[in-house]
Amino acid sequence: MSAVPAIEVRGLRRVFRVRQGLFAPPRHVVAVDDVSFAVPAGSVLGVVGESGCGKSTLARMILGLLPPSAGEVLVDGQRLADMDRRARARLIQPVFQDPFSSLNPRRRVRDIVAMPLVAQGSISSADIARRVEEALARVGLSAEQGTRFPSQLSGGQRQRVAIARALVLRPRIVVCDEPTSALDVSVQAQILNLLAELRRELGLTYLFISHNLAVVEHVASEVAVMYLGRIVETNESEALFAEPRHPYTRALLASVLTPEPGLGVPDVGLGDTMPDPANVPAGCRFHPRCPLAFERCPVEVPRTTPNGTGFVECHLAEPA
Amino acid sequence: MSLLEVRNLRVTFGGTAAVRGISLKVEKGETHCLVGESGCGKSVTSLAIMGLLARGGRRDAERLAFAGTDIQNHSEREMSRLRGDRMAMIFQEPMTSLNPAYTVGSQMTEVLRRHRGTPRAQAVDRAAELLGRVGITAPGLRLGQYPHQLSGGLRQRVMIAMALMCDPELLIADEPTTALDVTVQAQILRLLAGIQKELGLGILLITHDLGVVARIADRVSVMYAGEVVESASAENLFADPQHPYTRGLLSCIPVPGKVKRDEPLGSIPGVVPRIPPGYVGCAFRDRCPHAHAECDGAIPRRAAGPDHEVLCTLPAGWFGRQAA
Repeated sequence: MSAVPAIEVRGLRRVFRVRQGLFAPPRHVVAVDDVSFAVPAGSVLGVVGESGCGKSTLARMILGLLPPSAGEVLVDGQRLADMDRRARARLIQPVFQDPFSSLNPRRRVRDIVAMPLVAQGSISSADIARRVEEALARVGLSAEQGTRFPSQLSGGQRQRVAIARALVLRPRIVVCDEPTSALDVSVQAQILNLLAELRRELGLTYLFISHNLAVVEHVASEVAVMYLGRIVETNESEALFAEPRHPYTRALLASVLTPEPGLGVPDVGLGDTMPDPANVPAGCRFHPRCPLAFERCPVEVPRTTPNGTGFVECHLAEPA
Repeated sequence: MSLLEVRNLRVTFGGTAAVRGISLKVEKGETHCLVGESGCGKSVTSLAIMGLLARGGRRDAERLAFAGTDIQNHSEREMSRLRGDRMAMIFQEPMTSLNPAYTVGSQMTEVLRRHRGTPRAQAVDRAAELLGRVGITAPGLRLGQYPHQLSGGLRQRVMIAMALMCDPELLIADEPTTALDVTVQAQILRLLAGIQKELGLGILLITHDLGVVARIADRVSVMYAGEVVESASAENLFADPQHPYTRGLLSCIPVPGKVKRDEPLGSIPGVVPRIPPGYVGCAFRDRCPHAHAECDGAIPRRAAGPDHEVLCTLPAGWFGRQAA
């Protein structure tokens, strides 16, 4: 394993200008706010958080689909901004949430999977056909299924197509943005097992984005918890789940409903204030919902306190 | 007398059998969960009960009784008098069931004004009271707002409050928390459980999430391909699941601390089959690891314990015995 991280993100920030009305002045929504982390090669970083926390914006910047407002992304030690599209595509590939909208409905499966190879522009058609077949076989699809259209496949099969397309260029890194959220649990299990198998066999690195903590616990070796654009806690998976330090991480963990009858529905204790990315609270951004907030929280931004292999941003975790 | 009694309900759309003879009961003060994967017929079941099937849907049942009265032959007018009044419904996506052109207040009060002829001022008071009850701060402000001005969690609270306007006896909730964040889901479910205890309503909750089922159900019916394949108290279903499909579903769920990372999850091979009319035999047999010759014939519904029924050819206690 090389010492160069598969993904490194430094001071990444993304601001969107949002107009609320025709004559209203534009507002600035900071979707990702000064985020830094590194993902070692061969590991799986799970990113969790509620909707609107900026996790998909983060994924799109790492994929090079969205330019950052500030900061930089390094993939395999190289600056993403310096790479051309073809080189980038050979290194890092996405798998998105909804296999119903991420596949072109008017193309056959094998043409969809061939697209990244064709876009490279330098691969012979015989090679393309061979590699497409190989990629389909890897994800458990037959050559016959390759001749079908996406509408003729089930949700799970479509997600396999999306994975085959991501793997056909033999990338080192795959960014999975909610890859199983649109699927039934029995299909979700098939896809998670497939992703785990592929990672082992091909030595892939995953950035795995999900709102489902049970899924993240199952697949991730490291976890980052995002809240309103910032990573508020990160650590090795075991440590984070065994000993969550940030009150938000604890609340997220408490709200996982495991199939254990008799436990009832937990009281998460977050109140009914909802986070608004266009209006990030002063001080600690989590304080309006935090059950443990005290007088420093609305005024002072918490420092980044090292914790295990990661860090936590909470006044309560700061050394006295 | 059960609050809701469904016996041998069938729903067909043209040549497709969406619901193939399901029976269930909801008692007063009880939460009955109907659980299954997409396409198993759980939403169609709820719409059929409410008399809201899309055009082309045909409903047929031995009995479909609400509070002791069979409602199968009710006219559309009689049904719309019941709906929103004595039986209310909450849908998955509140944005599509709330009217974007009207304020929360006018939609909420309409229910009461239409069913009860309550004067406007009184109806507004009731709406504000219920918004407070479902944990919305500043209800006065919310009443004047439009649905798009509310977050997903708030909209779902508004839907619940609206469903409660006329003090219903039965609440049918179709995936009420599926579109929400986990933190909000927990809040909404707590809210539903609290309101149920307080008002003693019967809830038929439709979900695909066995985690939700475990935490709030009294009784559970597991649906597969238009049939209830297993039905039991929540406690028995999770302690002693007897249908191979139920067991398969449970093994698919990653449970923190139970399944090791990188160890494969259990999974159910294959996909849900299309069920042509006149289908005979177990619909799960092609995906079942225990399938045998008998599964091609008529499948008996047998008792697997007190108040625990399974639609399967395997003998009672098969899985218990296997484990021992």
